[in-house]
Order: sequence, then structure tokens, then C-alpha cells
Amino acid sequence: MSDKHVNGNSQDESAPEGVPAQRDADGEVIRVRKGMFGANDGGDTTGYGGLVRTIALPGASSRPYGGWFDEVADELEGALEEQDLLPSNAIEKTVVDRGELTFHIARAHLLQVARTLRDDPALRFELCTGVSGVHYPEDKGRELHAVYHLRSLTHGRLIRLEVSAPDADPHVPSLVAVYPTNDWHEREAYDFFGLIFDGHPALTRIMMPDDWQGFPQRKDYPLGGIAVEYKGAQIPAPDQRRSYS
Amino acid sequence: MTTPPSSPSSASARETTEGTVYTVTGGDWDEVVQSAAKADDERIVVNMGPQHPSTHGVLRLILEIDGETVTEARCGIGYLHTGIEKNLEFRNWTQGTTFVTRMDYLTPFFNETAYCLGVEKLLGITEQIPDRASIIRVMLMELNRLSSHLVCVATGGMELGATTIMIYGFRDRELILDAFELITGLRMNHAFIRPGGLAQDLPPGAMDKLGELLKTMRKNLPEYDKLATGNPIFKARMQDVGYLDLTGCMALGATGPVLRSAGLPHDLRKTDPYCGYETYDFEVPTADTCDSYGRFLIRLEEMRQSLDIVEQCLERLKKPGEVMVADKKIAWPAQLAIGADGLGNSLDHIKKIMGTSMEALIHHFKLVTEGFRVPAGQAYAAVESPKGELGAHVVSDGGTRPYRVHFRDPSFTNLQAMAAMCEGGQIADVIVAVASLDPVMGGVDR
Amino acid sequence: MGLEEKLPSGFLLTTVEQAAGWVRKSSVFPATFGLACCAIEMMTTGAGRYDLARFGMEVFRGSPRQADLMIVAGRVSQKMAPVLRQVYDQMPNPKWVISMGVCASSGGMFNNYAIVQGVDHIVPVDIYLPGCPPRPEMLIDAILKLHQKIQGSKLGVNAEEAAREAEEAALKALPAIEMKGLLR
Repeated sequence: MSDKHVNGNSQDESAPEGVPAQRDADGEVIRVRKGMFGANDGGDTTGYGGLVRTIALPGASSRPYGGWFDEVADELEGALEEQDLLPSNAIEKTVVDRGELTFHIARAHLLQVARTLRDDPALRFELCTGVSGVHYPEDKGRELHAVYHLRSLTHGRLIRLEVSAPDADPHVPSLVAVYPTNDWHEREAYDFFGLIFDGHPALTRIMMPDDWQGFPQRKDYPLGGIAVEYKGAQIPAPDQRRSYS
Repeated sequence: MTTPPSSPSSASARETTEGTVYTVTGGDWDEVVQSAAKADDERIVVNMGPQHPSTHGVLRLILEIDGETVTEARCGIGYLHTGIEKNLEFRNWTQGTTFVTRMDYLTPFFNETAYCLGVEKLLGITEQIPDRASIIRVMLMELNRLSSHLVCVATGGMELGATTIMIYGFRDRELILDAFELITGLRMNHAFIRPGGLAQDLPPGAMDKLGELLKTMRKNLPEYDKLATGNPIFKARMQDVGYLDLTGCMALGATGPVLRSAGLPHDLRKTDPYCGYETYDFEVPTADTCDSYGRFLIRLEEMRQSLDIVEQCLERLKKPGEVMVADKKIAWPAQLAIGADGLGNSLDHIKKIMGTSMEALIHHFKLVTEGFRVPAGQAYAAVESPKGELGAHVVSDGGTRPYRVHFRDPSFTNLQAMAAMCEGGQIADVIVAVASLDPVMGGVDR
Repeated sequence: MGLEEKLPSGFLLTTVEQAAGWVRKSSVFPATFGLACCAIEMMTTGAGRYDLARFGMEVFRGSPRQADLMIVAGRVSQKMAPVLRQVYDQMPNPKWVISMGVCASSGGMFNNYAIVQGVDHIVPVDIYLPGCPPRPEMLIDAILKLHQKIQGSKLGVNAEEAAREAEEAALKALPAIEMKGLLR
């Protein structure tokens, strides 16, 4: 099997002709996976070693989104326009996947979008359930993602905001001014991923000791396991074991 | 001495052959207080914990105090940070339940359910979960709500110095753990709820045992009322302590009994039902006192409501059924059975895979060692844990292991409210306020 | 009726070591050192059904200065490790440590950056108690085993001799990686 992309990204011009384009060209490629068994020490004799697969998250959806999703998207766009902010500048893309609505927000406008989502009577997302960091080291220029889930008690709805920042400039505006509950959540995301939340009142480590080096839940930080010795054998640490990829 | 010697409240000294002799005289009390206030420009910062019997686990409270009054309160957490979220990324999806169950160790079934609902959403099999699996999940969660609230009431009482209520709470919790042990084989950290359903069905005799448990609990629960609800000391310690109104709750993201004690009947079981909660008949108790006493009453009432739900579950469980999805690419093929050597696979299954079907053996091996693949994407699933909204943000990259799992733990979020509840109060009230939040450090630090 | 009723003339001869060991083991004060899941089982052990009071141990001391047994109940994180050592240092001699649960004993399933891989990296451990979490019966068993150990502990020159022997035995012991044979 050649080293070519089997179901690669259609934007990749080196892709051979005749290979069907990916269903959703806007899907966010987060990883290219090679082989099948995660072994890269040349020990893979299965014949699957040349397998190359591109992993992409679900791409942007187009209207109609269905259900109340359209209503929320309309209201949000309308409210942003009222504030003289072009919705296409603030909302990079909208993804509807598995019955969940995700707005990818440009980080410069995050604070304004969140404030609008909270205060607009038709939106009223009063409760923020914190921020979850995700690290996609192969998603160049958008390595660090901050994911917020907002819940509206008034309307009984749940949406997701996603913001990305490059590794070289890991700055995201803080939402503490809008949702004070994010205080600890943002400290946690900083502690684990090194995301710097601009405007946070006291962005310090929260889980790890103050003098800890590195950000332990990033993908480039090792799990830190140690090998286990037992009666003439050594079991490697969990992150060094052979495994399925 | 900072006071000048001319002040009447100071001690004058004179030299004698025996050494210096100080003559201590009285003084004007107001003057003493004034001079003390003037000299006292230092803050007294008291560290409570991280190992302190009344801080509900390894929580460190940093209190700035003025006499007995707390002027500023902050939490130091992270003393139990276990790296579970990172560890999950090195195990397959099914093994994940083994890790998440140890997050908030008082609510293992809620952690497992939140995680499994997230994984099932990613797999797109939410609709295919058998009814019986959902009913057993609901039943286990409600029993777990009882045991978690019992520990909250028990340790909360112990932190106030009331040992009796602690003994009562652990007595009843033991009864529930007996039921858990019968069903799952373990007292804690069960890993019984799996993506796709359950590890196995209820064992024989479980229904009778649960029926008896219900009866006993119905008899025992009023004892907490008798012991504590009207107790004047208990009320004096709890009422108007740890005050947090609705505005504060919403700003700080507090959910669960804390939010309901401010009068808002927000409960995910009603507002965003999962596992078929919309088909059960129960009430969401609220209080309007915004204080620790209100939260205590809400917990008591929730325990009664939980018993009602368990009763409805038992009624529905009389009908047999599957407890795992039919998709053989997800469900483990083997039914566990107790063999002569303890727990093992059923003999029929071993006979089949060893004797007649090599493909079945390969399939079994692949599924157990490699696990199933989950399509790339992300999902958020939330359940109403005894402490509030427990959310699981699950991300997959299409592999056999989670790419990232983040838990939004209610203890973590609610604990932020500690400062708002305690500042301006007495030190002794800090203990009450923290106990009424019911933070479990395993959940806070994960 | 106890032993005293059977004494022929009111005298009982024993060694100072045995008398001291008996006194020490009969009233061990544990320090509250609950960390995680095991702490809940430890509390259960102290509560009604398992009733640790039967062994003279129900008084969990809040202050390490009043305690002589530390039950490390749960996973020890890198951040907690210095605190744990400080609490141990504050306990007066003689003192004992039970490492309760697999996380405290070896790091257990949490073989990662956050957890100390065995509390014996920080404090000397007398009893390792497996289980995740161990049942209350197992904790009681560990405590009774510790009682036996305390009963047989030596004093003075004998204690020095015992320590020397233990050290020699430890130096001679095979490292785990060099052990051969069945996995048992």
C-alpha cells in the first residue's frame, strides 16, 4: 500500500485522482493517523503499517440547523448586528452534530458574544458550566481549544461555544466578567493547558503545586507513568505500552 | 511594650535587689480596646487544612480573621489532584468507567452514567439503550443519591460535633452499600454502568433485597427528622448560615441543593431529562431560606423522593429484558457468570468460542483488548448528581481511546461559593457553610 | 472475668518489652488522614457496624501531636506529599503508618504525573493494605496485624539490634526485577 492519503482531504492537491473527496471539506483535521497498532519502532509486521487515515472533526453545517437551533442562531446573529458586529466576523462556523449546536467564535469577540448570549432576552444563557480545554497538536494554528457549555434555564437549552488559539499565542479573553463561575474553571484550564485568559482577576495554578513546570494535560506532556517491576519482568508505563491507535 | 509607660494600663518597672519588678495596674477598658485596635494593623491569616478533621476532605481554607469574624476566605484545592482525565486518554472507552467512577467517590454511579451517556451520544446509540438498562441506571443513581446525601448529613453533623447523626447516617449508608455489593459486587467504585448499557443484569434475589431495603429506609428516614430537624441547637447552628441567594447562585454557577435552597426548582431530571426520567413521578423540593438549614431539609426531602423513584423502578423491573445494546461491535459478547473459581465467563460462552467458533473468539479478543472505535467529534452529557449538574465533555478522534474527557464537577463549581457564604461570618460558621455545600474533594480535584 | 482472676498470688511476671507493647497496642490513637475513597471506608470502620471501638481505636485525633498511628487512606498527590510528611513529623514517637489502599501503597491505577507512586517514598510504612478501596474488615485485619507487630516490638538495645537485622535482611533481599518463579 502506498503512502498516499486513502481518504484524504480534498484540498490536498497531491491526492490522487479518482479518490472521492471527503464528504465535508470544512471538517477540522486534527490528526493524521499512520499504521494501525501505534507501534513506530518498526516492529509492526502486520502489513497495516502503511495505512494513513486523516481524522477530521465534524465540519460546518449549513442552514437549516433544525429545531430551536435556527432560532438561537438567528437571535444571536441579529443581536450581534444590533451591536454593529458582523456575525460572520464573530462566528467562524456553526456545527450541528449529534444533536448539539456548536458556535466556533473568533477569540477577539468571545466576550461580546458571551455577554449577548447571557443578556439577550431571547437567548438568556444564564448558566455557564465552565470551560474545558482540548489540545489538538496537529491542528496547526489552532492547537488549543477552549470549549464552553452554556445552559439556558429560561428556555431549557444547551449550546456550546468553542474558541481556538495557536500554541504560540495561547491567549483567550476571560469570561469571568460575564460568568463569575468561570473563575476556577479558567484557572484549571490554564493549569492544565497553558491557556492564558486575558482579564482573569488572578490566573494562577489551581490543581498543581505553584512551582510545577509545564502544563500536564497537553498532548505533548507525557502521562508521567513509571514502569512497574515484577518478578523478572518489567511492565512499561501506560503511555509507553504498545496499543491500538 | 508599645504603649508608653505613662499610660495607666501599662506596667511600671522598678529595680530591686531581686531583679526588675513590674507593677501591673488596671486601666480603662475602652482605652485598652482602642490601643489594641490601633496596634492591630496586622491581619491574622489562619490556615485550616489541607488535613483538618472538619474540612470535608483535603480542602485547605485560608481565612483572614478579625477576632472570631472571617473577613476574607479563600480555598486552596488540588491536594487530591489525581490526573484522572489524562489517565483516561491511555485506556479504551470501556475502561474509562473504571477511572471516572473514582472521581467523586461518593457518587460513582452518577460519574459512570454521565460518562456513558456522553460516549453513547458520540456513538449515536442513545436511542438503542435497552429500557431495562436505563431503569437499572436510574435505580442505582437514586440509591446512590440516598447514600451520598446520607454521608453529607452524617459528616455535616459530625463537623458540628453531633456524633449521633454520624452513626445514624453511616448505619443507613451501609444498608445501601449492601445492595450495591449484591448488584455490582463492590461497595464503592463499581464501574458497573458501561457504554452501551450495564456490565450485567441484576442477580437473583436482588428484587427482594431491594424491596426490603426500601421498607427499612422508609422506617429509618424519619429518624433524621426527629433527631435534627426540630433540634434547637442544630437549627441555631444552621439557620441563616451560609447564605447564598439566587443571584449569587446563578453568578457562581452553583447548582443542586444550593440552587434549590434559593427557591429555583432547577433539576436536570426535570428540565433536561435523561435515562427516561420524564416518565417517573417525583417532586423537586425547594426552600426559600437560601441557608444551610434549607439545604439540609432539601436533602432530606430528596431522599424521600428518591425512595419513591426506586419503588417505581422496582415495579418496572419485574419485566425482564436486555441490559446491553444489541450491537455486537460494542457489547461484550460474554455474559459473566459465577464459576467454581469465582467470577468468570459463562461456560456456554467459553464452550462456543473455544470449540465451535474461532471467529467469535477473535471477535471477543479484539473487543476486549482493542475496544470499539468511536467516530470523531465531541459531546456533552449532564446528569443531576446529588451535588448539582455533573457534566461530561467527551471528545473522540475516532480511535479506541478517549481523546479528551473533561468533567464539570458540581463540587468544584459549588465550592467557589464558599467565599461568598463565609465572609463576614464567624469561623464556626465556615464549617457549617462548607458542609452544606457538600464538596467531595475527589470530585473537586479529579 | 479476666486474666487477673487466675493469678495464683496476685503476681504476674512478664518482660518490660511485653508490658510496654501490650500497653501501646491496646490504645492506639489514629490521626485522621483521610484523603480519598479509602477515607470513607475508614470512617465506615469507625461507625456503628464495624465499630473500631472494640479495639480501643475509635478516637481519631484531629491533631497529629496526639496521635501515634497514621492511616494514609487514599491517593497521595505530589501537592499533598509535603503536607503528609509534615503531619508525620509532628506525630510523637513511637508512631506507625498503615498505607491503606492500593493508591497509597503503590500508586495503583493512577500511574501518572500527579500521584506519588507509593507513600513509602515519603514515610516508612508498617502495614500495606491492598484493595480499592479495602473493605472495613480488611482495615480491621490490618489494624490487628499492626497490634501484633506493636506487641512484639523491642526496646532499647534490643530495638537497635532488631533494626540492624532488618536492615541487613533488606540489603540482602532480591530486587523485584531479579526474582524468578511463579507470579505469586
